[in-house]
Amino acid sequence: MAVKPLLSVPREVKAGVPFEVRILIQHPMETGFRRDAVGGVIARDIIHTFECSVDGEEVFAARLEPAIAAKPYLAFSARLERSGTMLLRWVDDHGVEAQERVDIRVV
Amino acid sequence: MRRRSFVVMAGAAAMLPLGARAKPEEVEALVRAITGGVPARPGRVKLDVPELVENGNTVGLTVSLGEDVPKDAVLTDIHVFADGNPRPGVVHFRFGKLAGVPKVATRVRLATSQTVTAVAVFADGSCWTDQVGVLVTWSACLD
Amino acid sequence: MSTSAWCRALVLLLAALPAAAQERRSGYDDAGPQVRAMQDDDMANPAFLWVQQGEVLWERRVGEAGKSCADCHGAVSEMRGVAARFPEFDAARGRVVTLEQRVNVCRTDFQGAPALAPESDALLGITALVGLQSRGMPVAVEVSGAAAEAVARGEAFFRLRQGQLNLSCAQCHDQLAGQSLAGSRIPQGHPNGYPIYRLEWQGMGSLHRRLRACLVGVRAEPLGRDDALLGDLELYLAARAAGLKVETPGVRP
Ligand code: HEC
Ligand code: HEC
Repeated sequence: MAVKPLLSVPREVKAGVPFEVRILIQHPMETGFRRDAVGGVIARDIIHTFECSVDGEEVFAARLEPAIAAKPYLAFSARLERSGTMLLRWVDDHGVEAQERVDIRVV
Repeated sequence: MRRRSFVVMAGAAAMLPLGARAKPEEVEALVRAITGGVPARPGRVKLDVPELVENGNTVGLTVSLGEDVPKDAVLTDIHVFADGNPRPGVVHFRFGKLAGVPKVATRVRLATSQTVTAVAVFADGSCWTDQVGVLVTWSACLD
Repeated sequence: MSTSAWCRALVLLLAALPAAAQERRSGYDDAGPQVRAMQDDDMANPAFLWVQQGEVLWERRVGEAGKSCADCHGAVSEMRGVAARFPEFDAARGRVVTLEQRVNVCRTDFQGAPALAPESDALLGITALVGLQSRGMPVAVEVSGAAAEAVARGEAFFRLRQGQLNLSCAQCHDQLAGQSLAGSRIPQGHPNGYPIYRLEWQGMGSLHRRLRACLVGVRAEPLGRDDALLGDLELYLAARAAGLKVETPGVRP
């Protein structure tokens, strides 16, 4: 079952006033440093890229390493002058890409 | 399974490296690559990470800017390094045009007690740093 | 620290301490500030990823009957109070039934669907969701009548010294609770947060998984999932935790 992330983004914000975006993603962030029961290396599988933008304009991006904990959590801040659609997008080592969209209204 | 016991394992046993750990020199070299050779100055950036950690698998980490930042300074990047993990890189954050408050929080893995370093890069090219020494204790009763 | 160092530390601690009765205290209170902060904030608690899965399952029609949990039970909020009185002695079956087992009875008998596998995301998700409905309510299991014998068997197991380390649950969780060992505090060993997100597992697990870890820890034979004694022990633990608030889904180191 594809698991939705926990996502906290306000649907309405005030122009120019910073607001917080929080996301928690279901992903093992397998480090590639562990061995399984028979001694084989468990292949690395991490989300390496995370990006957040609104209508194509960048808010925040992160390049993650295996040192980011399982079920990766990110909290950052954004500031909008105009209403728009926030796109949150991430990609893991298997090339699996996921995204969430949130319409945000500036009032 | 049965052989596992109360033998205390690293809180972050899950990431015990296959090879060696990173070294402080490696972090220094990476920081130098960002700053263009000069050492990053202490100040302006604030790294919050607990000094005592119960379990290195999940350690809350926040990077923000200090009060000594000039009003017009624009933050573009934050890099985080850990000198006791299998690899020194932890995360690289980039702040875009629509970034709000220059502050970011995440959770990291710390394989052992070590020093965590944050480097903030501003639009004028200046680099500032903060460091925290973290003591990682062990968790018992493992399976 | 090596095993022998552990043993020495334990024996010293046991010798130094009177077996004083302690006030009941949740494992939450013995966890560090970081772990508590994670549990306090549903957006920061990874267990809610499983709760979300549970919500999907609650509505999903499955099995030969083509029925969802919601079709029979209505909104999941109708489950308020249920987890607080589980596990429960089931007179018809003559044994203790845990919440996991109860959910699977509905799966197999009422939905005509295969039982959800132990420790599967689905079973953890649905039990976390049902448990969440009782969050904040006091643990209050039935211990009288037919349940009394099961509770007594569970308590006897709790006090039994076992394993290569020859330790009982009671020695650690009654006598040593609150003491620091290798950096972390020994909790009283209550089941009020399960299923939990455990940092050590980097994932979610049931009470059975937690108990397995403790039994393996003293190098004793873990209890099988269908062993009636496991139900007895889980019922005794709940009886022992009476009055503590349900914290499901908890976070533990
Ligand atoms: C050597 C000491 C020791 C023994 C013996 C022991 N435990 Fe534990 N137990 C611990 C420790 C330490 C923890 C907490 C581990 C952690 O946080 O990593 C724990 C955790 C628990 C928890 C979870 C509590 C919570 O807040 O989530 C339960 C329940 C539990 N034990 C039950 C038992 C039972 C039942 C037995 C006997 C079969 C037992 N333990 C035997 C040391 C022990
Ligand atoms: C076809 C109807 C039906 C479906 C579908 C069904 N249940 Fe039930 N469930 C019942 C009935 C009837 C009982 C009460 C049985 C009894 O009193 O012994 C019950 C009892 C329970 C209980 C115990 C409640 C208590 O108060 O002790 C739980 C928990 C439960 N169900 C969970 C679920 C979950 C979770 C699902 C979906 C996976 C589900 N049920 C699907 C009919 C259903």
